[in-house]
Amino acid sequence: MTTLFASLRIALRALLVNKMRSALTMLGIIIGVGAVIAMIAVGSGAKKRIADQIASMGSNILIVVSGSSTSGGLRVGAGTVPTLTVEDSKAILSEIPGVRSVAPHLSGIAQVIYGNQNWSTVIYGTIPELLEIREWSLNSGRSFIQQDLDGAGKVCILGKTVADNLFGGIDPIGQIVRIKKVPFTVIGVLNPKGQSTWGTDQDDTVFVPLSTAQKRLFGQKFPGMVRVITVQAREPEVMKTVEDQITDLLRQRHRIQPGQDNDFSVRNLTEVASSAEESAKVMSLLLGAIASISLIVGGIGIMNIMLVSVTERTREIGIRIAVGAKGKDILLQFLIESLVLSLVGGILGIGVGIAGTLILSSFTQWPTLFSVQAILLAFLFSGSVGVFFGFYPARKASLLNPIEALRYE
Amino acid sequence: MLNQKIKYSMDPLIQVRDLVKVYHLGEVEVQALLGISLSIERGEFVAIMGASGSGKSTFMNILGFLDRPTRGQYLLDGIEGEHLSRDELAEIRNEKIGFVFQGFNLLNRTSAIENVQLPLIYAQLPSKKRKEMAEKALSAVGLKERSHHHPAQLSGGEQQRVAIARALVNQPSILLADEPTGNLDSKTSGEIMAIFKRLNQEMGITIVMITHEQDIAAYGKRKILFKDGKVVEDHNSAL
Ligand SMILES: Nc1ncnc2c1ncn2[C@@H]1O[C@H](COP(=O)(O)OP(=O)(O)OP(=O)(O)O)[C@@H](O)[C@H]1O
Ligand SMILES: [Mg+2]
Repeated sequence: MTTLFASLRIALRALLVNKMRSALTMLGIIIGVGAVIAMIAVGSGAKKRIADQIASMGSNILIVVSGSSTSGGLRVGAGTVPTLTVEDSKAILSEIPGVRSVAPHLSGIAQVIYGNQNWSTVIYGTIPELLEIREWSLNSGRSFIQQDLDGAGKVCILGKTVADNLFGGIDPIGQIVRIKKVPFTVIGVLNPKGQSTWGTDQDDTVFVPLSTAQKRLFGQKFPGMVRVITVQAREPEVMKTVEDQITDLLRQRHRIQPGQDNDFSVRNLTEVASSAEESAKVMSLLLGAIASISLIVGGIGIMNIMLVSVTERTREIGIRIAVGAKGKDILLQFLIESLVLSLVGGILGIGVGIAGTLILSSFTQWPTLFSVQAILLAFLFSGSVGVFFGFYPARKASLLNPIEALRYE
Repeated sequence: MLNQKIKYSMDPLIQVRDLVKVYHLGEVEVQALLGISLSIERGEFVAIMGASGSGKSTFMNILGFLDRPTRGQYLLDGIEGEHLSRDELAEIRNEKIGFVFQGFNLLNRTSAIENVQLPLIYAQLPSKKRKEMAEKALSAVGLKERSHHHPAQLSGGEQQRVAIARALVNQPSILLADEPTGNLDSKTSGEIMAIFKRLNQEMGITIVMITHEQDIAAYGKRKILFKDGKVVEDHNSAL
């Protein structure tokens, strides 16, 4: 114990004597640890955002979209001719055992007017299942009832953003808004859901019954058709099967001959959300590469400086061995020195990493997440680099011949 | 392991028999010691003399367990180093041997008192005890006031006194000094010798000292002359 404490003091003193050299030696470790911190922060930030978004979309979701599958095929209702029907959605629910719930919908952009306020937003015609699948709860009021759905009731549920913009502080429930000149009674206001994977405000929306949208808003040209069917599978494991079964079922129902293209496409939203974070992953990998290279370079720097230090202090080592230092005392002394070097570098690196990450995320808007574990990991990492690369010089010092060491000039 | 002092206390402190040291420099063999046999009793003050290259330092390094003989036997306090590990030898040096070198060999950037404490650190003594013992040793060489000076702030004679304090601090069985006055002027040399004489007479410390100078050797009670790796003269004035 006394030896350990004494070794620590000796090490600190030796490092302070060559402040500039010590600082330069630490640089590699500082950059390496900084990159580790940034990498983990960017990576876990992206992961958290994906998780949040998947949660906000609902779990195990497949989206069936009208029109052949093209790269832009997910853009709901943008000029595509609807090819799906409400019957298709009913068939998916009743014929595919892995499906828990379905929600057909039709959407379009329209002005919503209240008094002299107006707000342009996305209007969804759908059934209450869509809100259930997306785990989207009401803040006030009620959801659609069967009567609204069957009778094309002129009722609507507002997203938070729409409610705020049209009504300000007033309670919207029971108020009348106009959409495409049709008066709708507000029956509910949704809880906020925040940004989607694509960065759009999910709360900037209005829901109306599907039948109402079909008959009075967007569906007049294509009666009975819907553009999108949202499907919820029972569990993640059956997603792939359900996806294939939906494709088979719809090809059959739409009488598509073998070899002919589908007039719909099935998308797994979880995958889409993940691909949206590709750039964060690439950045993470890049930072990981910088981290490992810098840590190795930093480690070699430490090894180099420790070898120099052992040579410079050959005589000192000789004196210590002559008066009774054992191999492990010398080994420990130099190991502690390289450990202190790398740990101080590690601490500075953690600071640099946090600062760098904050700057990076303020430029790129990437979500980042710091964790105590990541910081501890980086700290341990720098320590291991110190021990690993410090071992060879320390061992070399501990094996010096005292007579030769004492004679060293 | 090292507590055999009592058992062997009637034997000579140092017993050397047919000690041979051969260095190999590539193909060339250098015969540094060619069969030394002698013994040194507790409380002796021995001066070793001899021409340069006659093997004095080689002999002293073996006495100090810093080096191993090629052949022959060496016992210090009844302990034979032959079968001991590097670390066990370090432990013996720490407990039983104090070294004084020609070049002082103090740690720079480290105060006098910290230099003196060095052997005690490796003896695992607590810091309070270390300080106490180091202060005592520094007083014994008359340097108590210079405790916190660094080697660079001390004269050569003072540095050598710090080195002597360091050699003494562990209360060793023997003090080994290789040309302790080699870097000092004659006046300072006299002061160092006065300290050696006092340590030997008042504290009964056994001293083996190498020197080239007759007047320095005269402080010793026994003179051993080396020539080409052999003892050619061994004169004990105390007898
Ligand atoms: N490590 C070594 N390798 C090879 N030869 C050595 C080594 N150390 C000493 N010698 C040789 O052994 C012989 C004795 O050397 P030693 O240092 O013991 O002499 P010395 O009596 O102390 O001389 P000086 O008075 O100059 O100090 C010399 O010939 C020297 O060259
Ligand atoms: Mg010599």
